[in-house]
Amino acid sequence: MPAITTVVIGAGHAGLAMSKCLTDRSIDHVLIERGEVANSWRTERWDSLRLLTPNWQSRLPGYGYEGDDPDGYRTMPETIAFIDRYAKVIAAPVHSQTLVTSVAKTDSGYLVSTDQGDWQCRTVVMASGACNIPRVPAIVEALPSSIATMTPMEYRNPDQLAQGGVLMVGASATGTQLAKDIHISGRPVTLAVGEHIRAPRTYRGRDLEWWMDAAGVQDERYDEIDDIVRARKVPSLQLTGSPERETLDINALTSMGVKLIGRFSGIQDGKGQFSGALLNQCAMSDLKMNRLLGTIDEWATANGLDGEVEAPYQLPPTEVEDSPPLGMDFSKGEIGTIIWATGYRPDYSWLDVPVFDRKGQVRHDGGIVDSPGLYLMGLQFLRRRKSTLLDGAGDDARDLSDHLVSYLAG
Amino acid sequence: MADTVDNGVNVEALLGAREALTEAPEGAKFTWRASCKWENGTYSHSTVEGFFGLGEEQERTTVFNFDADHPLCFASEDRGATPVEYVLVGLASCLTAGIAAVAQHREIQLNSVTATLEGGMDIQGILGIDSDVRNGFDGIKVSYKIDADASEDDIKALVAQSQKRSAVYDIVTNPTNVTVEVN
Repeated sequence: MPAITTVVIGAGHAGLAMSKCLTDRSIDHVLIERGEVANSWRTERWDSLRLLTPNWQSRLPGYGYEGDDPDGYRTMPETIAFIDRYAKVIAAPVHSQTLVTSVAKTDSGYLVSTDQGDWQCRTVVMASGACNIPRVPAIVEALPSSIATMTPMEYRNPDQLAQGGVLMVGASATGTQLAKDIHISGRPVTLAVGEHIRAPRTYRGRDLEWWMDAAGVQDERYDEIDDIVRARKVPSLQLTGSPERETLDINALTSMGVKLIGRFSGIQDGKGQFSGALLNQCAMSDLKMNRLLGTIDEWATANGLDGEVEAPYQLPPTEVEDSPPLGMDFSKGEIGTIIWATGYRPDYSWLDVPVFDRKGQVRHDGGIVDSPGLYLMGLQFLRRRKSTLLDGAGDDARDLSDHLVSYLAG
Repeated sequence: MADTVDNGVNVEALLGAREALTEAPEGAKFTWRASCKWENGTYSHSTVEGFFGLGEEQERTTVFNFDADHPLCFASEDRGATPVEYVLVGLASCLTAGIAAVAQHREIQLNSVTATLEGGMDIQGILGIDSDVRNGFDGIKVSYKIDADASEDDIKALVAQSQKRSAVYDIVTNPTNVTVEVN
């Protein structure tokens, strides 16, 4: 059985950033990848998706954007090519088409079993992604069989869908983007809106991501924030990357003709039931956005940018009709497909180490798992607000590889 | 100014309970109860006493009494609030308690909080005149007047957060399975 110091599971941007840091620290390691480099980007994304962060904001250790469109947003082929080239530039020791079947504790470290043989190692870095399994609410069981359902992981483009209406459940980045994609295909979309975070693409003439980066919002640390448990569950910002740098908030969608309804909360007698809390969900989202923009304004003033960028302004409140519908009769044939843009969770079904809390999540302190020598990468707010971004992998990888080195040194 | 804000809410106790119940989630399972006795006509008398929570039966020092009836124009004798008004009372008191708790947690001093509630209803529903009209409210409007040492947006955020965490708001805005049996 081959032995090695570190096995990194997953060769996406997080695993590769870790690989570069391990190489820099002379730690021998391999990356085990179930498919090819950037596998999720290759196989689990829809056609029209572009990265939510601008090109310049993908600073990986020893690598970054060198093109002539720093403010643009990568298409999926461009994203895959970018990550693929990183793997080559850093000469990452990737074992592709290799599926991890289990990780177990041994006396000297861990045994990583794969469908291509086993590895004995002292440390393991799990960089297998935060979005492996779509979260689908249990009410799916009660749906009439006449309704087709789909997750964003299966969705590629509107041609996959039957003609007729689509109920998009969830109004975060995925739900809003798919709502637009499908609505312009001529299928009327109703968007079920629960908790979400409104975000303008640009503010005062700059990309929102630029502001959040410059003002230090993306660098906020997990051990300095008020309620980290909550911060790790906050939905994704309602952002989209497009050549037009458009803002795709609820107002933008309703002006295209997308209909709104409250959170999908139940099914009774073939009828969908939807929460009456839509107005508050939108009011809360507006308040949160205004708080973020207020933080940005304060930072701009404190840093002498007020003369340099556009003056502050208020965005109009989210408009919702006074009495949004509370029900939907699925027997009437108006809805042909329901898409569950209700989030994802990571898959640790192969992890045979007792590190799970009662909700099935891995117990960790900023990526340092509650089992010596075991590390996590790429999860929401793992160590910083930016932890899931391409731009966030570098700092986390530097911190965690430093920890790993000192752990090995005993 | 943590030490000067006092809305009469023991936030430390609430946060302590949250922490304790995160570790021992079984204790978080509560059962609330009410009993109702028909008196005459539309008049009934309800009482609220014990409940189950924190892993055991909980007793109160007082029995709370509630008379419910319908007003004179329903050919009743108006011996108590109507049941639908109790729903408004439940919603108002739940949201208001939440505002106090959230304000304390956010270190906002409340000076006064008042709410008025209106529930619109087309009684063609309950009278069976038009089956397209629902029995319940066609909407509820809650209006708060709040005087607090905070900005307008911070006050709005208090009220929004209170809705997010309110049990009665959830009960009213989302469906709940109701099982009624006869023994």
